Amino acid sequence: MDILSLFITVPIITILALVFTKGLKQARIVSMVGGVIQLIMAINLVFAYFKEKAVNDAIMVFTRDVVWYEHFNIHYSIGVDGVSVALLLLTAIVVLAGVFISWKMNDLPKEFFISLIVLSIGVYGFFISIDLFTLFVFFEIAVIPMYLLIGIWGTGPKEYSAMKLTLMLMGASAVLLVGILGIYFNSNADGGALTFNILEIAQVNIPFEVQKIFFPLVFIGFAVISALFPFHTWSPDGHASAPTAVSMLHAGVLMKLGGYGVFRVAMYLLPEGALHWSWFFIILAVIGVIYGAFAALKQTDLKYINAYSSVSHLGLVLFALLMLNKTSWNGAILQSLSHGFMTALFFALIGMIYSRTQTRDIYKLGGLLKVIPFISVIYVIVGLASLGLPGLSGFVAEMNIFVGAFQHEDMFYRVSTIIVVSAIVVTAVYILRAAGIMLMGPVKNEAYLNLPKVTWYEKTGILLLLIPIVGMGVAPLWLSDMILESLQPFIQAVL
Amino acid sequence: MDFSYTILIPLIPLAVFLLLGIFNQKIKPAVSGYIGVFGLLTSAIISFYAAYQYFFVSSKVDGVYQTFVEKTVWMNFTDTLRIDMGILIDPISVMMLIVVSVVSLMVHIYSRGYMKDDDGYTKFFAFLSLFTFSMYGLVLATNLFQIYIFWELVGVSSYLLIGYYYTKPSAVAAAKKAFIVTRFADLGFLIGILIMGYYTGTFDFEALNNPEGSAILNWASTSFMGLSAITWALILIFIGGAGKSAMLPFHIWLPDAMEGPTPVSALIHAATMVVAGIYLVARLFPMFYFVEEGFALNIVAYVGAISSLFAAIIAITQTDIKRVLAFSTMSQLGYMMMSLGVSGYDGHEGVGYMASMFHLFTHAMFKALLFLGAGSVIHAVHSNYLKDMGGLRKYMPITNITFLIAALAIAGMPPFAGFWSKDEILVAAFEHNQLIYYVGVLVAGLTAFYMFRIYFGIFWGKDKTYEHTPKESPFSMTFPLLVLALLSIVGGFIPFSEFVSADKAGFVAHLNYPLAAIAVGIGLTGIILAWVFYKKENNLADKWANAFGTFYKWSYHKFYFDEVYLFITKKILFKRVAAPIAWFDKKVVDGTMEGIGNKTVLASEKIKGMQSGRVQDYAFAFIGGVVVLAIVFIYLWTNN
Repeated sequence: MDILSLFITVPIITILALVFTKGLKQARIVSMVGGVIQLIMAINLVFAYFKEKAVNDAIMVFTRDVVWYEHFNIHYSIGVDGVSVALLLLTAIVVLAGVFISWKMNDLPKEFFISLIVLSIGVYGFFISIDLFTLFVFFEIAVIPMYLLIGIWGTGPKEYSAMKLTLMLMGASAVLLVGILGIYFNSNADGGALTFNILEIAQVNIPFEVQKIFFPLVFIGFAVISALFPFHTWSPDGHASAPTAVSMLHAGVLMKLGGYGVFRVAMYLLPEGALHWSWFFIILAVIGVIYGAFAALKQTDLKYINAYSSVSHLGLVLFALLMLNKTSWNGAILQSLSHGFMTALFFALIGMIYSRTQTRDIYKLGGLLKVIPFISVIYVIVGLASLGLPGLSGFVAEMNIFVGAFQHEDMFYRVSTIIVVSAIVVTAVYILRAAGIMLMGPVKNEAYLNLPKVTWYEKTGILLLLIPIVGMGVAPLWLSDMILESLQPFIQAVL
Repeated sequence: MDFSYTILIPLIPLAVFLLLGIFNQKIKPAVSGYIGVFGLLTSAIISFYAAYQYFFVSSKVDGVYQTFVEKTVWMNFTDTLRIDMGILIDPISVMMLIVVSVVSLMVHIYSRGYMKDDDGYTKFFAFLSLFTFSMYGLVLATNLFQIYIFWELVGVSSYLLIGYYYTKPSAVAAAKKAFIVTRFADLGFLIGILIMGYYTGTFDFEALNNPEGSAILNWASTSFMGLSAITWALILIFIGGAGKSAMLPFHIWLPDAMEGPTPVSALIHAATMVVAGIYLVARLFPMFYFVEEGFALNIVAYVGAISSLFAAIIAITQTDIKRVLAFSTMSQLGYMMMSLGVSGYDGHEGVGYMASMFHLFTHAMFKALLFLGAGSVIHAVHSNYLKDMGGLRKYMPITNITFLIAALAIAGMPPFAGFWSKDEILVAAFEHNQLIYYVGVLVAGLTAFYMFRIYFGIFWGKDKTYEHTPKESPFSMTFPLLVLALLSIVGGFIPFSEFVSADKAGFVAHLNYPLAAIAVGIGLTGIILAWVFYKKENNLADKWANAFGTFYKWSYHKFYFDEVYLFITKKILFKRVAAPIAWFDKKVVDGTMEGIGNKTVLASEKIKGMQSGRVQDYAFAFIGGVVVLAIVFIYLWTNN
């Protein structure tokens, strides 16, 4: 078994083991063990990657190729570069944190953890695939369990939210599939055989006329899951209804699939299409960044604040990708990672606050710093990360995006960059507004004086996510250089 | 000469912060106070050692103080642009190390008394250490991005400390306001950095400031709307500085920041963080001076002068003594900016630069003293308002004497520290810009007046009867007062111009007797007026206030700046931007999506029969549909 396929097989084994468990206690132990193994594998992969990279300068390393369906030339073809290694690490951490946060999931625990792990298989598979068809299949595997997870374990208008989310993401998938087939049927433009292999297609000169048609399809197909304006409305409702761990995984990992797909498929395979359409999508991304921030300003439900904040932050990822240079791409990947950790932690904390106070309305909360200090302090720290305070992960990502975007001298790019940079002020306002109302001030409700303290499993989940946020923010060099180096061949293909 | 040991100066407070922050619950309050003070004492000793080594051991080369830089890569952006972290030792950074060390150490000692009965004692010292770490980092920064990083960190420490009494809504609001207003100014700073990086290809101070370097020589290569891109960058960077240093129109956060504990006001909002803006301009002074014949520097001069006068006028009518001091700080910061703005570069021409740094140094001492003295008074009478004070000289002799010394220093009376630095500022203004000189003289008079207004109001005036007899503060609080008072007396005798000057060569400054006489005369007038109005209880002040009705009202209401800001944020941004966007999102964007969904449901009602419930059928339909779509698209492009 190769080092990458383990990321598929270990979760599958975990699921098989889960089938034989009885009750919550067994289910969570098995899930936790599976999660810990995956995290160890992901950390090990980082070291293995550096070692391999020292002797092997291929674009993708640890590659493996198995023919899956010969007739259409579909392969199970996998490999990683610095970008996927970083995202795999993100996934492993968020999944494990999600297991800890779901420590008290009393309702159908076995089925819950199985669905959660199915979702993670989809994500792992997506990040290691270099075959378009396999990639698409994993994409669907990741999206489908969402319906069950929200529909069964959700709160509030869960059926509505689950349906809305699934329909919009499925609609996007259909568009994406058309785009992918379009690429496939043109992968013989230079006279070779039809192929789904990304690295092979990248060598083919797909005609501009084709790129012009299929780039928007692929871009939108992926970007919907990254909450591209105006296709973001599934996200606030979906998050609000989802159980905590699902929100964490969804916002922390699943929404990153969009940016990754745009970068790996849309930009890399259809570079001329990207150049042709970039102005249009830049406008949408800029709107998303500002619009999401202002919309967050007005929300009173913590999950909605965070959902709109995600629209804004992920708009920044798409914006950075469209800036088409190494620095801004590096920023896009770093922002994906940073947002993944931050937002997962945000949702975890919101879940903890909700489970104690039974409300997510900031105006009903107040003075929480006094009653649940640990959770509140962490909330402030993540908030500061979210508004881009140096020393935390958000700053590192944003500065790469801004410096990268500023390398364009063209007026259109300049103006859109400056608009996007201004979002840092609005972000500060909505973060501090929520923190001020909810955490500070006098304690609003007598009943809050005796809230249960934070438990060990909650602390573990928090620390798992907090350590990378601080780590990235304090010492970004190794990570940023690892990604930067991997971006070189991609940026060459585009320019 | 090796200065790499100076990295310990910021690292020690960082370690203290982490220690106190992480083991918050487990450390006894008394112990945490000692840890904080001891940590800072170590940093201060190293700072003094570094200053001694820099100025007296490592000699000048070619008559110029050398710059020592040690740095390491923190993050790479492009092949040329990157963020370094490191230390830069030159005259102004060494001078700032001394300022930060002295004031922070005094404030740490003082806080052990002042915060004695507070629940969050350990947390308080943790935040103080975090602030001191960030401030040291800012001072030692080697490049624009590093200074920006620590700039944000001092901002957040300030946020945490203003909001220290977090159960008080006014403190929470003040903290938020301070952060957001400065953040808005920092937006300018950040864009300025981006422009600077793009057009000069570097963030390094050394490369930027070199008068023979490409950044300065090629400033004219690109222009935008009539000005060079570099000038734009400098103006934007100055906006960041104006935000931190509470220049117009970004000053509104500073008076509210007085909600924080008084030692914090002394350290952050009087002596150190608020001078970061001045330090930033001084740091980039060669650029400000040489690029486009000092266009941006002129803006600095005028913004400084206007802010200085504006704040002095407001300070006259405020009744909360901490707010008077806050506006006084703003006024003095304006003085320093103005002085930088009128400075030349070589030798005695650069007297404005030298005077600005000198005033920064002396002001830090006497303004910290004023704040700590005010804290001592507030500690005794449990109120910030003048109306609750009076005749305190009998109860608090040490506070009285030290406050008087500080007031004389800020009023520019010889031989106190403020006299010397203020005189140099007025000399610089007189030699370069007469208009600004007259503003400076006027402000000097106003300063003396408002300062003695509160001095007499607190320690003389009416003999109040107090519910609890006020008593002198404990030694932990009076000791810092005495040390700072001593520095406010002798600080002016330091031959500052020989150590700090724009061209780093140093020069010998002489007292300009006629100008000094005028300044002292104006200051004395202010003091005498205050003496007439406020020494004994009388209704003279009220009469004058009525005579200047409108003017008094505008001054008292701080020229209605807060109201204007409130209108813009609440009425326009919240009600006219954020609320409509939230509504638009719910009704229009989401509504459209829902509409599409509902139409689909209607359509599906009609073709219900096709719903067999078998997954295979759906899968077939899905794939089939996709293939059809694909064929349509392929057809479209082949026929193009």
